[in-house]
Amino acid sequence: MTEFIYHNRVRLALHKLSDGAGHPLLLLHGLGEHSPATLPLPFAGWPGPVHALDFTGHGASDIPPGGGYSCEFLMADADSALAHLGAATVAGRGLGAYVGLLLAGARPRQVRGMILLDGPGLAGGGTPAKNPYIPVVDATWRGPPDPYAIADLATDARPPEYASNYAMLAAQNSDLERPIAVCTREVPEWLQATMDLLSLERIGVDEALQDYATPPS
Amino acid sequence: MSAIDPDALRFSAYPLARPPDRQRTVHASGIALAVYEWGAIDAPPLLLVHGAFDFARTFDVFAPLLADAGYRVVSYDQRGHGDSEHAALYSWVADERDMLAVADSITRAPMVAVGHSKGGSLLVHTIQALPHRFTRFVSIDGLPFRSPHPDSAMHERKSMTADIITDWLDDRRSAAGRVRKPGTLEDLARRRAKMNPRLSHEWLCYLVTRGAQHDAEGWRWKIDPALRPGGFGPFRSRWMTDRLPGFPVPMLALFGTLREPMGWDANPDKLAPYFPPSTQVEVMQDTGHFIHIERPRETAALIVDFLRR
Repeated sequence: MTEFIYHNRVRLALHKLSDGAGHPLLLLHGLGEHSPATLPLPFAGWPGPVHALDFTGHGASDIPPGGGYSCEFLMADADSALAHLGAATVAGRGLGAYVGLLLAGARPRQVRGMILLDGPGLAGGGTPAKNPYIPVVDATWRGPPDPYAIADLATDARPPEYASNYAMLAAQNSDLERPIAVCTREVPEWLQATMDLLSLERIGVDEALQDYATPPS
Repeated sequence: MSAIDPDALRFSAYPLARPPDRQRTVHASGIALAVYEWGAIDAPPLLLVHGAFDFARTFDVFAPLLADAGYRVVSYDQRGHGDSEHAALYSWVADERDMLAVADSITRAPMVAVGHSKGGSLLVHTIQALPHRFTRFVSIDGLPFRSPHPDSAMHERKSMTADIITDWLDDRRSAAGRVRKPGTLEDLARRRAKMNPRLSHEWLCYLVTRGAQHDAEGWRWKIDPALRPGGFGPFRSRWMTDRLPGFPVPMLALFGTLREPMGWDANPDKLAPYFPPSTQVEVMQDTGHFIHIERPRETAALIVDFLRR
């Protein structure tokens, strides 16, 4: 089942992949991807409902004209889903992992654990900040995915410490013992900075899901 | 249709203000941008870029002075501002692509560019990225400067504290359906005076007639109600400052001396170590952030002199 929610003027597709009793799990896809049509195997044991959001310009969500994508805007996309679902555990692939980490710092009480997974866009911005670059977009293909999303989000310059600042906010303000679960094998600079800052070690997805499925006592 | 407000007639003229000679629309990445031109169409082009929360018609006194000196002055309303279309997405790069679309609509040959405030900073970054498109650059208090020290990134005014992030996200949640607050023409001018405390009430009333629209409930600024002042995100002004020593075209940098709410906190002494030796720096005494509005003739004269050398 797909519901549509709004982030200001953008209509976003929020897919329900499974039902269940307990708090929801929200899946965030990677750069250029869309939500899975069926519940991915790693999440089959999640006791609550599982939802998946298509970011702006992706999947069944709107493609607004004019580009101008940023990870912050996508964080607000995901926050619109939180406003609709209530507190949720979040699992993000690639770009969705980066965006989810920002959200975990921004809404530390509503993100009931953030699971970071490998996926496209994981590097968190491809262009070194000091090389000014304005991506030119082939607007003849309208998407999805929106070619402006691919161009803007793949080149969105962001220093590693920017993400780790959000991770620190999650660690300081969440009531979970371990609000960030690093389940990736690839470790880009921003994630290394985050792991160093919070002394995080990688864990398995199963362990992270089990941890977050159980409400803190 | 609402009745015509008598105030609109009363404030629709201002000494030396001249409407554009031509208006047109440029479609930039699917966003309709309102473009305005002063001066002969075959004169050398000069791209003039406004700052945040402004619009091109704020140049109604200043642009004609440059046009009368022999330039085709081309300005435009940035997305979400003035008569340009409101967008779902706003970003620094999107603003730069929009600006390049306007530049492309003039010529592919390199041109002169003048920017005020955010317009100057957009140009600094764009000229650093595409130096072959520009010949000379004038910054009207348009050079951002905050501490260049890398460790200070999280301590800057726009740093990402928990409160700032939550406030921004809460604002996004409530942006849908938001409209600008209505008021009388003079109400809007008084509200704008908080951002423009040094500009006269008569001038701000004139701006209302250009940058606001009148409906049954009164006047409302045209600017997208989803826009809010201040940046949000990782973009750091020092990324541009660090690269100023290699700035590729001659630059005239104009500064005021008085701090204002919309100012950049930039001052020439702090930027001096970053300027290329050829940079011409001019400081206008007892002047705020809106140098070209407070002192249009002197500003235009300095620019014309710089462009002729």
